[in-house]
Amino acid sequence: MRRTLSLVALAAAPVVVLTLFFLLPVGGMLARGLWPDGADGGFDPGAALEVLARPRTGRVVWFTVWTSSAATAVAVLLGLPAAYALHRLRWRGRAAVRAALLVPFVLPTVVVGVAFRQLLREGGPLGFLGLDQTPAAIVMGLVFFNVSVVVRTVGAAWEGLDRRPAEAAAALGASPATVFRTVTLPALRPAVASAAGVVFLFCATAFGVVLTLGGVRYASVETEIYLLTTVLYDQAGAAALSIVQLLAVVALLVVTGRLRRVADATVQRVTARPQRPRRADAPQLALTGLLVVALATPIAALVVRSLRDDGRWSLANYTALQTRGDDGLLVVPATTALRNSLQTAVDATWIALLLGLLVAVVLTGRSRSRAERRTRAVLDGFFMLPLGVSAVTLGFGLLVTLGREPLDLRTWPLLVPLAQALVALPLVVRTLVPVLAGIDDRQRQAAASLGAGPLRTALTVDVPVVARPLLASAGFAFAVSLGEFGATSFLSRADHPTLPVVVVRLLGRPGEQNYGMALAAAVVLAATTALVVLAVERLRVPALGAW
Amino acid sequence: MLRLDDVTVAYDGVPAVAGATLDVPDGSVVAVLGPSGCGKSTLLRAVAGLEPPTHGTIAWDDADLAGVPTHKRGFALMFQEGQLFSHLTVARNVGYALRLRRTSRADVAARVGELLALVGLEGYDDRLPATLSGGERQRVALARSLAARPRLLLLDEPLSALDAGLRERLAGELHAILREAGTTSIVVTHDQEEAFALADRLVVMREGRIVQQGPIEEVWAAPADADTALFLGYARVLEGDAADVVLDAAGLTLAPAVALRRSALTVAADGPLAGRLVSARATPEVTRLVVDVDGVGEVDAVASSGLPAGPGERVGLAVDPGRLARLPRTQHVAG
Repeated sequence: MRRTLSLVALAAAPVVVLTLFFLLPVGGMLARGLWPDGADGGFDPGAALEVLARPRTGRVVWFTVWTSSAATAVAVLLGLPAAYALHRLRWRGRAAVRAALLVPFVLPTVVVGVAFRQLLREGGPLGFLGLDQTPAAIVMGLVFFNVSVVVRTVGAAWEGLDRRPAEAAAALGASPATVFRTVTLPALRPAVASAAGVVFLFCATAFGVVLTLGGVRYASVETEIYLLTTVLYDQAGAAALSIVQLLAVVALLVVTGRLRRVADATVQRVTARPQRPRRADAPQLALTGLLVVALATPIAALVVRSLRDDGRWSLANYTALQTRGDDGLLVVPATTALRNSLQTAVDATWIALLLGLLVAVVLTGRSRSRAERRTRAVLDGFFMLPLGVSAVTLGFGLLVTLGREPLDLRTWPLLVPLAQALVALPLVVRTLVPVLAGIDDRQRQAAASLGAGPLRTALTVDVPVVARPLLASAGFAFAVSLGEFGATSFLSRADHPTLPVVVVRLLGRPGEQNYGMALAAAVVLAATTALVVLAVERLRVPALGAW
Repeated sequence: MLRLDDVTVAYDGVPAVAGATLDVPDGSVVAVLGPSGCGKSTLLRAVAGLEPPTHGTIAWDDADLAGVPTHKRGFALMFQEGQLFSHLTVARNVGYALRLRRTSRADVAARVGELLALVGLEGYDDRLPATLSGGERQRVALARSLAARPRLLLLDEPLSALDAGLRERLAGELHAILREAGTTSIVVTHDQEEAFALADRLVVMREGRIVQQGPIEEVWAAPADADTALFLGYARVLEGDAADVVLDAAGLTLAPAVALRRSALTVAADGPLAGRLVSARATPEVTRLVVDVDGVGEVDAVASSGLPAGPGERVGLAVDPGRLARLPRTQHVAG
C-alpha cells in the first residue's frame, strides 16, 4: 500500500501537467466537435459523422495511409543497409557519417519542406524531374526525415546481435543471403517492427512537410485538421478527424507491440566487434554512400540558394534577417525570432527533462504486486499519448480551452514551451526508460547492503548510468522544441514568434526578398539544430529513443 | 584430411596464431588445448573460414581452402553456448542444414528424429531453445551440426559452459556420439579433462604457437616443457639437483627437469625418500599431503588411507615412475 502511494506521489506531477495541458485541451477540442452547441446542447455526433462520410475525407485518409506506407517501406529498405554498414562494419569516417545521418531526424519540418521545394521547384536543381507539389515529393520528404530512425533503431539492435548464430548457420552451409533471411532478419524483426511502426506514426502525423510540400492539392489527415480548424472553422470536422487519427494511432501501437513480441524474449546482448569491410560488403557501403548523398542534396540546395541574390553570391539574405522583411511583413526581425526560439527551447527542455525523468523513474520501478504493475502499464500508455495526438489538435485545443476564463493562459510565457515539452516528452521517456530498466536491481541491492542509503545508492548506481542519456535527451528535446511548428503555430503570439513560424510566414508571401530570407532563416535554424544534435552524438548514447 | 601449413592469423598486425602447422587425419578427434587467449579459438575460426589467414595455407584433401567461403566448406561449427536459433524449435534447429539443401519434408523429419535419438532427446521436437537446460541445448547444437553430415566438425569449448557433473556425463556421451558418427573433429578447449575425455590426438597451444602435438598418451607421458606439463595437469616441475634426487629414487636416467603428478609420491615407510610432513588434507579417495622432502623441497604426495603422521613428523616416500615425466629442458617455470 505504501509503495503504491509513493508511486502515485511520484507520478502526480507529470499526471497533473499532462491532464491540465494535454487531456483537457485535446478533450475540449474533441468535445467541441461532438457537442456542437456546448454542454447544454446535448451529444450530437451527427455533424462529426457527416464529415467522415464526405468523399474528401475518404481521399484525405487514403492519401495519408498510402503516402505513410510508401515512405515507411522506402525508409526501411534504405535504412537496413546503412544500419549494417554503420553498426557492424568498421571504417574511417564511420562516426562522422553516423552523426550526419542523425541530423535529418531533428531538422525542423519547415526547413525540410523548404529544402525540398527549393530542390524540386521549376528551375531548381532537380526541377526537370517535375516532382514539385506531387505525392512523390511528399514521400521523399517523409523518407528524408525518418530514415535515420530506422538506421538508429535497427542499428542499435544489430550492433548488439551475437555474431555466432550467423556463423553457426554459415558453417551449416547457409549462404550469406540465407543467413540473413533465416537468422539475422528474425533476430532483427522486433527492431525493424518498432522502427517501421514509429516511422509510420511520424509519417502519418507529419504536418510541416506535408503542408509545405503538398501545396493546396494534397492534404493528409493532419493538414486537413489544420485546414478545417483555421481556415474553414469546421470544428466538428476537425474533431471527427482527430478522433479517427487517435484511434488509428492506438491501433498501430497495439499492432507493433504484437510484432515486437518474439518467441524468446531473452536477448543475449553483446556488442559485437565491428568487422573490417570485406568485398561482399561493397553493396551495403555503396548504398550507404548514396543515402548520405541523397540526404545531403536538399540541404545543399537550400544552403546554395540562400547564398544567391540577384544571380550573384551574396550574404544579403542573411543580413536581411535583421529586418522585418519586405513591406514589414514581420512584426519583429527574424533575429529576434531566433532569440525567442532559443529561449523557448531552453524552457521546453527543462520542462521535458523534469517530466520525463519523473515518468521514467515511475515506469521502471519494480512492481511487487499486480495492482502496481497495472498502474504502471496504464501510466505508460498515458504518457505516450502525446505521440498519437496531432500537434495541431494539441495547439488548437490549448488555444480554445485555456484561452478563456477561468484560466486565460494565452499570454503566459511558459505556454509555448510547455506545449513543445509535451511533444518532446515521449522521445525523452523512450530514451531514459531502457537505460533505467537496464540497471540490474542487484547493483542497487549491493550498494544498499554495503551501507548506502537510498540517495547514496542512486548517486552510486543510477546517476552515472543515466547522466549521459539524460544529457542526450536534453539535446533532443532542445532540437524538437527548436523545430516544433504544429502546436507553436497556434500558440505563439504575433509579437513573440519562433523562427519556424517566421519561416512559414515569409514563405507564404510572394517576393524574392522574402523567399531569400526564408531560406536564410531555414539554414540558420537547421545549423542550430544540427549543432545541438552533433554535440549529443558525441555523447555516444547507444540507443537514442529505443522504441 | 585437413592440413594446416604455417598458418598465421593476425588482428591489426598482432598475430593471434603464429605459424601453426597441423594435420587432422580422417576419422580422428583432435583436441586443441591451451589457456584462454592462446589463439586456439582463432585457429578454429580460421579453419571454419571466419577469419582469413594472413599467411600460410589451410587445405582439405590437398585442395587449398583460401577463398572458399564458410558456407561452402562443409565444416560444421558448434559454439560454447550452442548458439541455437532462438526463434526456431528444436526440430527446426536440427533440420536447418537439411532444409538448406532442399531435402524433402519427410526425409528431414526422419533424419531429425534419428539425430534427436542419437543425442538422447526424443520428443523434444517442438520445444523452443529457451525452455531447455544448458546440457540439452548443447546436445541439440551437436545434433544440428551432425545433421549436415559435415566433412569436419569444429567444436569450440563444447562443454565449458556446463556445470561440473553435467560436463563429465556429457563428455562421455559426446565421445560415444563422435565415434559412432565417425566424424572427423577438432575440439578446442582450455580444460584438459575435456580434451582427454573426447580426443585421441592432442595439440597444445600457447601464446599463438603450437608447442606440442601427437597422440594423447604420448603428449601426456612426455610433455615438451615445464609450462606444458603444468597445463596438462602435472602438479609441480622440479629442476637441477631436486630433479636428480627424484629421478634417482624412481630408478630413471637423469634429465634436466621432471614433472610430478600429485600422486607421484606415495607414503611408504621403507621408501627411498624421506621428508617432514607439512600439511595433510583428506579427500574422498586419498589423503593429499604436502611434504618437505630432503634434498628436493616441498612436493605433493598421497597416502592411501588415513593420516600417516602428524604435521612436522617425518614420513618415508616411494616414487611411482609412471606418474612423472622427464622434461628435456625448462625455460621458465610458472606456478
